[in-house]
Amino acid sequence: MLDLSSDEWIAVQLSLRIAVVATLVALPFGIAIAWLLARKNFWGKALLDGLVHLPLVLPPVVTGYLLLISFGRKGPIGGFFADAFGVVFSFRWTGAALACGVMGFPLLVRAIRLSFESVDRRLEQAAATLGANRAWAFVTVTLPLALPGIIAGMVLCFARALGEFGATITFVSNIPGETQTISAAIYTFMQVPGGDAAAGRLVVVAIVIALAALIASEWLARRAGTRFHGD
Amino acid sequence: MLSVDVEKRFGDFSLTAKFETGSGATALFGPSGAGKTTLVNLIAGLVTPDRGRIALDDTVLFDSTARIDVPAHRRRVGYVFQEDRLFPHLNVLHNLMYGHWMSGRRADTAERDRIIDLLDIRPLLDRRPGKLSGGERQRVAIGRALLRGPRLLLLDEPLVSLDARRKAEIFPYLERLRDEARVPMVYVSHQAAEVRRIATSVVWLDDGRVKAVRGIEFLDAMRAIG
Repeated sequence: MLDLSSDEWIAVQLSLRIAVVATLVALPFGIAIAWLLARKNFWGKALLDGLVHLPLVLPPVVTGYLLLISFGRKGPIGGFFADAFGVVFSFRWTGAALACGVMGFPLLVRAIRLSFESVDRRLEQAAATLGANRAWAFVTVTLPLALPGIIAGMVLCFARALGEFGATITFVSNIPGETQTISAAIYTFMQVPGGDAAAGRLVVVAIVIALAALIASEWLARRAGTRFHGD
Repeated sequence: MLSVDVEKRFGDFSLTAKFETGSGATALFGPSGAGKTTLVNLIAGLVTPDRGRIALDDTVLFDSTARIDVPAHRRRVGYVFQEDRLFPHLNVLHNLMYGHWMSGRRADTAERDRIIDLLDIRPLLDRRPGKLSGGERQRVAIGRALLRGPRLLLLDEPLVSLDARRKAEIFPYLERLRDEARVPMVYVSHQAAEVRRIATSVVWLDDGRVKAVRGIEFLDAMRAIG
C-alpha cells in the first residue's frame, strides 16, 4: 500500500529511534524535576520552573542555536561529553535526540508534575507508618499512583519529539541517514521537483504513527486507571 | 508502656500533653478540636513536637534535649487512620503485606492467617480497596497496621466515618484485638460509649491540655456529674 523507498524508510526508522531515545532518556530527569517542583520548596524554584518551560515558549530555532553553542563539538558541555564519554552530539542522531528531548521536556514535566500533585500525601504518611522510608514510599506508592500522568507525559514528549523540526535542523542540520527525520525529509522532498509523492507517503506515515501513539497511550492509561478502581 | 511529655504549637492552637499509659487499651478522649489527632501524629512521628520526650518501653522515640527523633518508618508504631488510607493500587492481600515488605521482616504466615481470620477478611484478599464497603476497608486497615508488627497500635477514630450498623460490625473485632493481640492500643474517640466499650483507661484531653488520666470508671463518674 505504502511503497516507501529505502531513503524514506530510513527517515521513518530514524525518527522513531530519535523520538524513543529522547523520551526514555528525558524520563528520569523529568520525573526528578517534576517531583522537585511538585513537592519541594527551595531557592530558585521559580527559576528552575522557568528554565524547564523555556523550550515551550522560545522559537525552536533559538533553542537549536543555544544547543549548538553549548552542546556542539566545541561547546563547553559538548566538548566535555565528547572527551569524557565519547558521545558526540553535533551532526549526529544523538544530537537530534537531544534537541527533541529538550523540546519535549516541558510537556513531560508538566504532565508528571500534575500527577504527583494529585497523589494523596496521606497515603505516603500511611506508607511511612508501615515502615517505608521516603524512597520506598515514592517507588511503591507515589510512582504507581502517578503512572497515568507519567504515561500521558511520555506520549506528549514522544509526539513532540517526532514532530520536532526547528531546533533539530538548527542544531544538527538535515543529513539523510543521520539527522534527517520524517519532518525534515518531508520538507526536503517538497523542495525538489517531483518529490510530492514521497512527501505524501511520509505524511501518511506520520499520521499513522501519531494515531498509534495516541491509541496506545489511551489504552495504557486506562489499564493503569482501572487497576485502582476495578478488580 | 508509652510515656509522652510534649509541646506543639500550630498558629493559635497549642498542645501540651503529659501522660503515661500501661498495657491494654488507652482512650484519648475529648471533644473534636482538642488536639487528639495531633497528639497521635506526634506519637507516630508524622508531626515533630516543638519540645519534649516520647518513649515506648525503654526506647526513646523523640527527645528534644537529647536530639533524638526516630523517623516514622522506624518507630514500629501501627496507625489506623480516620479514613482507611488503603493503597488503591494494591489489592487487599498486598495492602496487608506492605508492612512486611517494607520492614524486611520475615513473612510469618501463621501470624498472617491468624489476623486475617481475626478480622474475617479472607474472602476479600484479591479485591481492590475501591470494591470494598466502608466497614471492610477499615477492617483491612486494622489488619495492615497489625501485620506491620507494631509495638503500639494507634487508632484515630477508626469508626467515625461509619454508620451505626458498620460500627456494630467492627466493634467485636476491636474487642478481640484488645484481648488477643497483646499490642498496647491508643484509641482516639470523642464518644464516651465507644471509649467505655474498648478502653481500660482514659486520657481526657480538652483544648490542647490533659485534664485527667484515669481508669475507665472515670467516664461513669463524669456522666454522674453530668
